[in-house]
Amino acid sequence: MSDNELLEVIERYLNGEMSREEQKSFELQRKENAEMDKKVIEHKLFNNLLKQYGERVELENRLNAIHEEIDVHTLKENLLVHPSWIVQLWRSHHSKISVAASVAIFVVVSVMYLAGSFNNNDSKYVALNNKIDKQSKDIKALSNDIKKTTHIDKFTGSGSGFAFTSDGLIATCYHVVQGADSVYVQNVDGSSFKAEVLYTDPQKDIAILKITDNQFKGLGPIPYSFKKGESDLAETISTYGYPGGKPVYHNGVINASTGLNGDSVHYQVSIPINFGNSGGPLWDSKGNIIGITDAKEGHAEGEHYAIKSRYLIDAIHNIPADSLNERVNLNRKNTLSGLSEDQKLKREKSFVFMVKTYNN
Amino acid sequence: MNKDLKDSTPTDSEVILGILNNSEIALKRLYIAYFPMVLQLIINNNGDEDDAKDIYQEAIIVLYNKVKAGDFELSSKLKTYIYSICRRLWLKRLSQINRYGGDIRDFQEFLPADTDEFDQHNDRDMQFGKMESALRLLGEPCKTIVEDFYINNRSMQDICERFGYTNADNAKTQKYKCLQRLKKLFFQQK
Repeated sequence: MSDNELLEVIERYLNGEMSREEQKSFELQRKENAEMDKKVIEHKLFNNLLKQYGERVELENRLNAIHEEIDVHTLKENLLVHPSWIVQLWRSHHSKISVAASVAIFVVVSVMYLAGSFNNNDSKYVALNNKIDKQSKDIKALSNDIKKTTHIDKFTGSGSGFAFTSDGLIATCYHVVQGADSVYVQNVDGSSFKAEVLYTDPQKDIAILKITDNQFKGLGPIPYSFKKGESDLAETISTYGYPGGKPVYHNGVINASTGLNGDSVHYQVSIPINFGNSGGPLWDSKGNIIGITDAKEGHAEGEHYAIKSRYLIDAIHNIPADSLNERVNLNRKNTLSGLSEDQKLKREKSFVFMVKTYNN
Repeated sequence: MNKDLKDSTPTDSEVILGILNNSEIALKRLYIAYFPMVLQLIINNNGDEDDAKDIYQEAIIVLYNKVKAGDFELSSKLKTYIYSICRRLWLKRLSQINRYGGDIRDFQEFLPADTDEFDQHNDRDMQFGKMESALRLLGEPCKTIVEDFYINNRSMQDICERFGYTNADNAKTQKYKCLQRLKKLFFQQK
């Protein structure tokens, strides 16, 4: 019996469309054949889930329709009584506001002071492109040859990247894919998929890739969410990426809320960011994305940086609508908080990719 | 909708009976009655009106499912119950996005949390999330065929006509193929 025929029989059985004899003989089969019994149960559960899902979507639509009729704006005005609200805000937060104001003034002053010397210092940045020379390329090719025996992988540069939608949009660093003729991403299982560069912001060093390979079947729901706000100094952070082409996990803390010369796009982090780490995810302890690991400074050893997630979110909003199938909705439900680090990484891993670039 | 209907707060038993009877008007009255309370809670605790909408709808869904499942016993005022769920959901969301400063400004009394109930709700939410992305990956025309047949209970005849299948057997084969693929996509996800 083919799968389809079997499904049809199961459906008729579950819908009570069988005659008495047929039903009896089917139940007998079910008893004798554990595989069959499993299929019946699975089909029933799946069917119910599908129905419940349909009901949920319908309920959500009904609630949204009702919500449309509420004048939220006016309500909000009424519920936030302005003068006393401001007074209360000041009363409960004046110390924080004062700190924020002095930090803002400090940042403005230091940016103004340093702005002049900024351009000259660009050369201090060493882009973390993983330039593999001829020899190591041959070794790599050989070892890949042993693994795959089919084709030799001669990528010319590599970095890391991570997915932010389940249909294969990936964030990475601009310098990783800069000047590449073609880009492939490789997942945790070692399968490679062709990708194209959808959007770049060279100034912030951000690039958005899209997996275009027809072998790509999509990812599950994104487990982490994305933090808009700044993270605090000394917060625990972690990353996972492909330095030197092999997957490595690191954790550490945020050392400074500014990068080289006080540039406010970056955090300074205590995680060693090596060749090939560029473009990887930076998580806080709850598993929210708070940044993208990025280039290291040329002179001072041991200083490492990450681009703040706010700029990634901006970049995602700036992707031209006509290059997307549908609007990007960043995941807001974090399903990682409360898990231990190793459990978290187990779930995060399949959403982090090695980005490989090729030049003809 | 007339004015009286909008302004009146439904009694708790009206709401519960209304949900059991699938009454659109009862759902609407419920929704309108308690939204301001939740909006007040959220916007005065580091949230905005979109957060309020999300949280409130999730709470209504929890209530709705509980009533529908028949295991809802009202041990307090419905208002208190809804406020407590929203408070709990919002605290969880705040701590997830690291915006929780350690205290929350309350505007109503509330009940202590029931952890089991929440885990159940979260599990189900996760399953629905998987189903949503599996359906999206499934693509057309499969998505519509599966939705029409398994969710909207349309007849095979209807589906045949909509998609221009010449005979019911072809449509049937297609339907099962689609379902098999959906299952595969669903179970593939981790």
